[in-house]
Amino acid sequence: MSEQTQPNDELSLSLLRAQDREAFARLVESTSKPIYSLLLRMLNDEEDAEDVLQETYIKAFAALPQFEGRSSLKTWLFRIATNEALMLIRKGKPQVQLTEIDRADDELESPHELADWCCIPEPELMNAETRRKLNEAIQHLSIGLRTVFLLRDVQGLSGEETASIVGISVDNVKTRLLRARLKLREELSVYFGERLDHDGPRSSA
Amino acid sequence: MTGQDHPHNSYDCQQYLSEISEYIDGELDPSLCKELEEHMAGCTNCKVVVNTIKRTIELYQEDEGEQQLPPEARRRLFSRLSLDDFLK
Repeated sequence: MSEQTQPNDELSLSLLRAQDREAFARLVESTSKPIYSLLLRMLNDEEDAEDVLQETYIKAFAALPQFEGRSSLKTWLFRIATNEALMLIRKGKPQVQLTEIDRADDELESPHELADWCCIPEPELMNAETRRKLNEAIQHLSIGLRTVFLLRDVQGLSGEETASIVGISVDNVKTRLLRARLKLREELSVYFGERLDHDGPRSSA
Repeated sequence: MTGQDHPHNSYDCQQYLSEISEYIDGELDPSLCKELEEHMAGCTNCKVVVNTIKRTIELYQEDEGEQQLPPEARRRLFSRLSLDDFLK
């Protein structure tokens, strides 16, 4: 994903800086879905995600006259949303950030579960149960790993954009991303490995 | 359980583990990339780890494509922002 301002951003930027309501409504319309999704995964609570979504746009609207356009509007909104979500998490669990730093120095854990579940046909791989498992696995990640995985791999932001949003170095983003990917892979491999054992790969017919 | 009964912990595999993520992102130095690919040609375990990481990422991206902002949450958002008149 590009950090550059998109053509549509440029067209509406002057209107947005002037706090034009219609331009702002268009911005909310085009960005609220991914931001809500990010918040829901970060907070794992629909009510909290909705509250923070609203706060994000209230803060964004107030700050628009000062928006310099050094990042895309979407990245800027992701930054506000991420900060708001992290503040809410810290308020509930002040120890979260410290734990995070401690764990960053741990040695990488070798993969244990080596089931090759790539062969499971798509219709069997993705169903309601799998979606629940995906969410469960991501909630098992620490908030530091989860946030980086969501911004990089799910929302498709660059390492530089993710680093600037989370306030860590690009190298630290890479380290967290690797850990997050390995942990998710491990948990999903246990899950899909059990499915392979029970069912065996079947055709979708 | 998996058809393979040895842990994935050989010295070589552990060395390559830290490079897997950059390899998947196409950001690994070309010489290291070649080295890792040569290793994977003879190491089923590392190949499975790389492929299942790629699949893991794809599944999360696929799931993201299905995510929606619930209509009621959208309505409340527009209302909170005093943008009700732009609700379609």
